[in-house]
Amino acid sequence: MAAKRRPKLAVWKFASCDGCQLSLLDCEDELLAVAGEIEIAYFMEATRAVVRGPYDISLVEGSITTPHDAERIHQVRRQSKFLVTIGACATAGGIQALRNGRDVDQFMSIVYARPDYIDTLPTSTPISEHVKVDFELRGCPIDKMQLVELICAFAGGRKPMIPTHSTCMECKMRGNACVMVAHGTPCLGPVTHDGCGALCPSYDRGCFGCFGPAETANMSALTGQLSELGLESRNIQRLLRTFNTNAGPFREESSRHDS
Amino acid sequence: MPATNDASTKAGLLRRADLQSLIDALQRNDYRVIGPTVRDATVVYDEIAMVDEMPIGRGDNQDGGHYRLTDRADDAVFGYTNGVQSWRRYLFQPRRTLWRAKREARDFVVEPETEPAPKQAFIGVRACELHAIEIQDKVFVDGTYTDPDYQSRRATAFLVAVNCGSAGGTCFCSSTDTGPRSESGFDLSLTEFLDGADHAFLVEVGSERGAEIAADLPLEAATGADRQRARAITEETAASMGRTMPVDGLKDRLQQSLEHPRWQQVADRCLACSNCTMVCPTCFCSTTEDYTDITGQTAERQQRWDSCFALDHSYLHGGSVRTSTAARYRQWMTHKLAGWIDQFDVSGCVGCGRCITWCPVGIDITEEAAAFSGDGVE
Repeated sequence: MAAKRRPKLAVWKFASCDGCQLSLLDCEDELLAVAGEIEIAYFMEATRAVVRGPYDISLVEGSITTPHDAERIHQVRRQSKFLVTIGACATAGGIQALRNGRDVDQFMSIVYARPDYIDTLPTSTPISEHVKVDFELRGCPIDKMQLVELICAFAGGRKPMIPTHSTCMECKMRGNACVMVAHGTPCLGPVTHDGCGALCPSYDRGCFGCFGPAETANMSALTGQLSELGLESRNIQRLLRTFNTNAGPFREESSRHDS
Repeated sequence: MPATNDASTKAGLLRRADLQSLIDALQRNDYRVIGPTVRDATVVYDEIAMVDEMPIGRGDNQDGGHYRLTDRADDAVFGYTNGVQSWRRYLFQPRRTLWRAKREARDFVVEPETEPAPKQAFIGVRACELHAIEIQDKVFVDGTYTDPDYQSRRATAFLVAVNCGSAGGTCFCSSTDTGPRSESGFDLSLTEFLDGADHAFLVEVGSERGAEIAADLPLEAATGADRQRARAITEETAASMGRTMPVDGLKDRLQQSLEHPRWQQVADRCLACSNCTMVCPTCFCSTTEDYTDITGQTAERQQRWDSCFALDHSYLHGGSVRTSTAARYRQWMTHKLAGWIDQFDVSGCVGCGRCITWCPVGIDITEEAAAFSGDGVE
């Protein structure tokens, strides 16, 4: 009897910090089991050995910021049966999307000795603005157990158990008191997609929104409360303009706070 | 015990200096003792071993979307009011594994999760919380289907009630007839007498189990005056309650107002974050999640708390039924205050005020209910 062909997995990098790819390498306890069932065919951060495509599942990290990458993502899509974006860059454009709507030529003239060497786009955009994406895994960085769950679900041909509700649900399940209610700490938890296990509120910090907007996020209701807590408009804007600055609800709400 | 032994007539005085004996007696009887303690500047319920771990001299200031722990002028042990957690998490767990399955040859074998229920004693159960537990009993034990985990936890749970000496800023149990005095449903109940050097608790016995623990405590005889005083304390608490649930006729008004413009008005403010349902002591919704491992050889079904504010909660084939926040808020409130009565013969609201305090934007269920009472906000 022929051995079952293992599905081939590829990991691709675009404009990103590599932190999400590291989350995969960080799955120390699970990685060997995963490698036993899934052929890690293309993963430059882990190995130079390359197995040619097409690939059954592609994990795409990073956003599209150059003309070259805008082409390359189409090649990735053509070689991939199932394409998953991993992290805030690939899913929303990342922190580098702060450039969107700004004068990128001016940035280059200030930052680089030879701006003429730089070939970049005026925007940082998510993968979904370029090709069809089958699943978006949120987070900056992604949660490694959500990544393992996604791969297990893919291997089992089932739906991944990755809920889209707010971070508050997990926060309360952990038994936390609300940092906003009990301490007056500004927190994006009520509008932020679950996935981190309410990490920051569990350590007495407000949520930074690393996982981007939750389903049906009511942004103006939250920012209204943040200003009640004394947060100035420009600070509300700063809170929303981080890793997920270009995610629809965060982007639109933050633009309402232009001073 | 003889039938003439009316539990409510048994009482004694426990000196503040002897309060530790209650924890000790429970521990000697193999209870894991859970009580109030301060964590992250809030009162939470957690495992305690010493009275010193309790919120001595602490109170709280609560309002819609607002909670601050305060220092009291006295050394009250139970001077705080409801914190973020109820006892729900200790009876109806936030997350648990229901069963595991293993692939065997061409078949699979299901192994039920057989974790023995812990024997828990809760110290500081408020009247509203006792009512909430009784309501969850109806849901998990008394209905057509029984939740075995809840049932076994509930059967062994020892409840030490505390009659409230003050009302929290968002409490309204006197209008829902669920407090502030515990009349039944407890094993022991305490009423705190704050008299400086004579600081003591009136201990009342509510069950045979309670009588057994009480027999282990250095109780002094209580007088009729002590009991009168205990009643006067909760009457004063009831009178000082700032909020009211307009219960008369509320069920019909809500069920006849499904297209009321108020639903959209509250939805404009509502974050749909699910905090109200997570802190509610009677909310009982859960969902199941199925996991498989990478080899496909083992599977696991987990149960976790769910909320009617999550889109997936109303997911049926093809999509969620309640996509708007207005529909989800309406579902929560009409179920809690009206549909619950059809289902369980009791309102799902016990007036604890948690959904008001812990709503990050301070939506007040009593205010929302009043909006449907004709003379409320339109």
